[in-house]
Amino acid sequence: METLIGLLVAAPLLGAAVLLCGGRRLDRTGHWIGTALAAASFVLGAVLFADMLGREAEDRTLSQHVFSWIPVGGFQADVAFRLDQLSMTFVLLITGVGTLIHVYSIGYMEHDERRRRFFGYLNLFLAAMLLLVLADNYLLLYAGWEGVGLASYLLIGFWQHKPSAATAAKKAFIVNRVGDIGLSIAIMIMFTTFGTFAFSPVLESVGETSEGTATAIGLMLLLAACGKSAQVPLQSWLGDAMEGPTPVSALIHAATMVTAGVYLIVRSGAIFDAAPAAQTAVVTVGAVTLLFGAIVGCAKDDIKKALAGSTMSQIGYMVLAAGLGPIGYAFAIMHLVTHGFFKAGLFLGAGSVMHGMNDEVDMRRYGGLRKYMPITFATFGLGYLAIIGFPGLSGFFSKDKIIEAAFAKGGTEGWILGGAALLGAAITAFYMTRVMLMTFFGEERWRNAPTPSPKEPSVEPAAETRGEYEVPHPHESPRSMTIPMIVLAFGSVFAGGLFSWGEAFVHWLEPVVPFEHGHPPVSALTVTSATVVALLIGVGAAWLQYGRKPVPAVAPRGSLLTRAARRDLLQDDFNHVVLVKPGEYLTRGLVYLDHKVVDGAVNGTAAAVGGLSGRSRRIQNGYARSYAVSMFGGAAILVAATLLMRAV
Amino acid sequence: MSFPLLTAVAALPAIGAVATAAVPAARRTAAKWLALAVSLATLVLAAVVAFRFDPGGDRYQLTESHAWIADFGVRYELGVDGIGVALIALTALLVPFVVLAGWHDADPLEGRTPDRRWRPTQGFFALILAVEAMVIISFAATDVFLFYVFFEAMLIPMYFLIGGFGDRAGARDEDEAAKQRSYAAVKFLLYNLAGGLIMLAAVIGLYAVTADQLGEGTFSLQAIVEARQSGELAMAQNTERLLFLGFFLAFAVKAPLWPLHTWLPNAMGESTAPVAVLITAVVDKVGTFAMLRFCLGLFPEASAWATPVVLVLALVSIIYGALLAIGQRDIKRLIAYASISHFGFIILGIFAMTSQGQGGATLYMVNHGISTAALMLVAGFLISRRGSRLIADYGGVQKVAPVLAGTFLIGGLATLSLPGLAPFVSEFLVLVGTFTRYPAAGIVATFGIVLAALYVLVLYQRTMTGPVRPEVERMPDLRKRELAVVAPLIVLLVFLGVFPKPLTDIVNPAVEHTLSDVQKTDPDPEVEAAK
Repeated sequence: METLIGLLVAAPLLGAAVLLCGGRRLDRTGHWIGTALAAASFVLGAVLFADMLGREAEDRTLSQHVFSWIPVGGFQADVAFRLDQLSMTFVLLITGVGTLIHVYSIGYMEHDERRRRFFGYLNLFLAAMLLLVLADNYLLLYAGWEGVGLASYLLIGFWQHKPSAATAAKKAFIVNRVGDIGLSIAIMIMFTTFGTFAFSPVLESVGETSEGTATAIGLMLLLAACGKSAQVPLQSWLGDAMEGPTPVSALIHAATMVTAGVYLIVRSGAIFDAAPAAQTAVVTVGAVTLLFGAIVGCAKDDIKKALAGSTMSQIGYMVLAAGLGPIGYAFAIMHLVTHGFFKAGLFLGAGSVMHGMNDEVDMRRYGGLRKYMPITFATFGLGYLAIIGFPGLSGFFSKDKIIEAAFAKGGTEGWILGGAALLGAAITAFYMTRVMLMTFFGEERWRNAPTPSPKEPSVEPAAETRGEYEVPHPHESPRSMTIPMIVLAFGSVFAGGLFSWGEAFVHWLEPVVPFEHGHPPVSALTVTSATVVALLIGVGAAWLQYGRKPVPAVAPRGSLLTRAARRDLLQDDFNHVVLVKPGEYLTRGLVYLDHKVVDGAVNGTAAAVGGLSGRSRRIQNGYARSYAVSMFGGAAILVAATLLMRAV
Repeated sequence: MSFPLLTAVAALPAIGAVATAAVPAARRTAAKWLALAVSLATLVLAAVVAFRFDPGGDRYQLTESHAWIADFGVRYELGVDGIGVALIALTALLVPFVVLAGWHDADPLEGRTPDRRWRPTQGFFALILAVEAMVIISFAATDVFLFYVFFEAMLIPMYFLIGGFGDRAGARDEDEAAKQRSYAAVKFLLYNLAGGLIMLAAVIGLYAVTADQLGEGTFSLQAIVEARQSGELAMAQNTERLLFLGFFLAFAVKAPLWPLHTWLPNAMGESTAPVAVLITAVVDKVGTFAMLRFCLGLFPEASAWATPVVLVLALVSIIYGALLAIGQRDIKRLIAYASISHFGFIILGIFAMTSQGQGGATLYMVNHGISTAALMLVAGFLISRRGSRLIADYGGVQKVAPVLAGTFLIGGLATLSLPGLAPFVSEFLVLVGTFTRYPAAGIVATFGIVLAALYVLVLYQRTMTGPVRPEVERMPDLRKRELAVVAPLIVLLVFLGVFPKPLTDIVNPAVEHTLSDVQKTDPDPEVEAAK
């Protein structure tokens, strides 16, 4: 069985290699090869899962040592895998949702001439993500981590001829690299402290080191997680990443990439348990991000960007839970899985809407689409109910547990975190209801040509503003696209209930992810009721604004907060002023300095050493011979000096 | 006496150089094929060296020793340790690609009647082979004077390669280009000559010291190291430090280390892409190699004394080189500054004095050679198509030449040390090896990885993505010859990124020896982890 683990990664990796090196002759079959290999990986995962279930709970971890990767002195990095309940959960999510997205893309990318390459990149993405969750040491995890960064770079920038896509891809990679500094330094501290960076030895002996070291490692891991999972302050790449084709957004937001940070924190739980200060930092980042993303999500008119804000916010919930320690780890992962279902469903739904609407993304140009796309409406609707935490659906179970755990943190901190999580739930209900109403209900605003905004143009890409307007003919998407959406809708509805049945999910993870029951200061029923009330307030408020009144086809100017939120709460303006501009001045200044000062000084010194002082302007005249002669003279003096020095 | 294998590896390209130069003017193509064949044969011999080398055996193997200038104790002494083997292999590996990539770089300009006597094509390839021969001898020499002779001699063919065969892309105005070229060549020569002459003084000083204390002067590296370890040869503190500085300065110019780096962007910018590869991937490696072999071996205490300053200069190189790369407008100068940043990593690793640091630095020399070759040669193909080195003159190339863009991206990703490609292995080893002894330096160096992502991806974005510019619309994709240059390099980058063990197995024992020269051991971990 162990030998199958490597194949999980190898199958999609092979797909990527074949599709990217295969050339044009694979253009007709490439998407099938890619999908088949993703599916093969899923089947392998299912076989391993069945095998795992057949063994005792304590005896479920499989490991496979493939080969020695980098052996230098005490530094021993291996290509070795570890498949336990935690990585199994991720394997099934990644390959399962990943395969559905492959199937969906067959239809979605049908008319793209570079479809083969797209599938190659998708395969690469799966392979990198699987490597990340299957690695048994931090360095191999790092390889998968950066591989995910590369795959996202290629996919976000897939439509490279669009400057905005190319910029977004570069931004994603670079912001992620800032996070990678954290992972890199964390590994260095681990090696310096423990002489190894394999999971088991590090996590088992973390108690023997000082709290300061554990905190340093924890904070560095958190920095890494912030990059990959788009948490404040490294969140700015996520919104722009919507430049990629929609299936990519689904993949990044549901099955891969942004979940990696949560995985990293939960996997490294023992380190955070030994470092309370780092845990506080984690919950703070989680709480801030869940509100940040939710506020941004409220202001966006671009359906994908609204969903992107929502992802940021939902991952914030997970990070918050992961920072709570054993009372939260399992729920972070549970929410991650249920979120994987409904967020993938929502993105694929959004793609389906765009597919039927001439690639329009501005929700102000939608309206009343439920009649034209019934399947999309139904599946998107179920995803919507799941994400806002409608009682009985997936999101309800997982989010409610996180809110309970946040209160259970105890003390003032518990109240603040719980309050933030509740507030987030209300805002989630608001912006998701807004998306739902603007897209599927109300007037059919797309029938009329758009009028350009009078005063302040929306920062969203403007709708078709040039001359003639072609009225879209909204229609349901082909079956290759709707079937994955239906499957995901099932997950959105039932997964949460299934996982919570007798705490099945918690018990499944317990042998590898420690669990403790949290004790909130108020009863669990009170928390649940409060969550439902928050949800109703959010839905109601959205209905008052977007359901009862007609939605203007052009965005109103909005309040200061709205305008700030449209600009992602000024994150890019901040980065521009604090990092980009000073950086530009610095490099420009250095270029000048290098030419004028460093070069000049060294030339001058060289001339002086060569005995040319006083005539150094001749350095420019190009007589190599005369320099050489002078320098030989200088050197002779040096030799003499050396000999003399010995004599003294 | 066994077959002098090391002499043969160096002699083959040397003889090849003479033969290539002697090919008649009309038979240009024959000269090219001859050069390619010689470089490939050298590669085969280098492979034999690598296989004959036993990592578990003596420190120096395949040794040869003959009296040369008996009066001054100068001997023709060759021998390789694992580090030398790795670098000889790198050199022999890259030269065939340099030859193949430069296939048309020295063709007579169209519209000019070729001179019957002047044979630039023959000269170009002969000079490349001459450089190869001298570099290989430098990597194999265990006699300080012998090393010095070839360390300096290789400046001559390099001078002519830079000054005589400039990049024609900048040739909007032939005279202006020639002026730039000769400025770059002279600057290259002067910097390196100055460094070399200071080293000459130190070499003579070293001889004087050995003559004084051992009774008989010697240049033999092994003899001096042994005498130092046994206490027979005790240098006064100041003497050792001065001699160290003399050697180090020469190597720091060659490497190049900030602030002695300014010749490199000129030289790499003005020369043709294959020659630029020869400079940065092969010739400059002699500098970092010599730091490891001579500075540390001959002057262990002075090396320890200089370490703090060298580490700071290396860190400045890393960050400064990367920042300057971000600010460049010329593709080749950008790659040159990126190399300066990478040389900073190599020197950092050497002076971290840990097995990971020095092992990583050695791997870095090899990997940087391959990755820079891949990136620079593809850049050269790009530049030759458009006739401009300016980044701003490109845009949207990906759409018209996807294979060229793809290989350029892979070369770039290697340059930014993406895991899975060879440079990651070496860069991470250097970082970890530095961190275990000097945490602050390790952290500062880590910032280099973000800056590297910036200069690589900005370069790729500006040249390859976006709307197709009219000037690049008809740009052909990579030709077969060009693909034959790039594809093997990429395969190697992937192979050494995934499975570097064959290389680390050779290098590790040599690094252990070097560390024992300077009497350093790796720091122990704070906690004995449960295994």
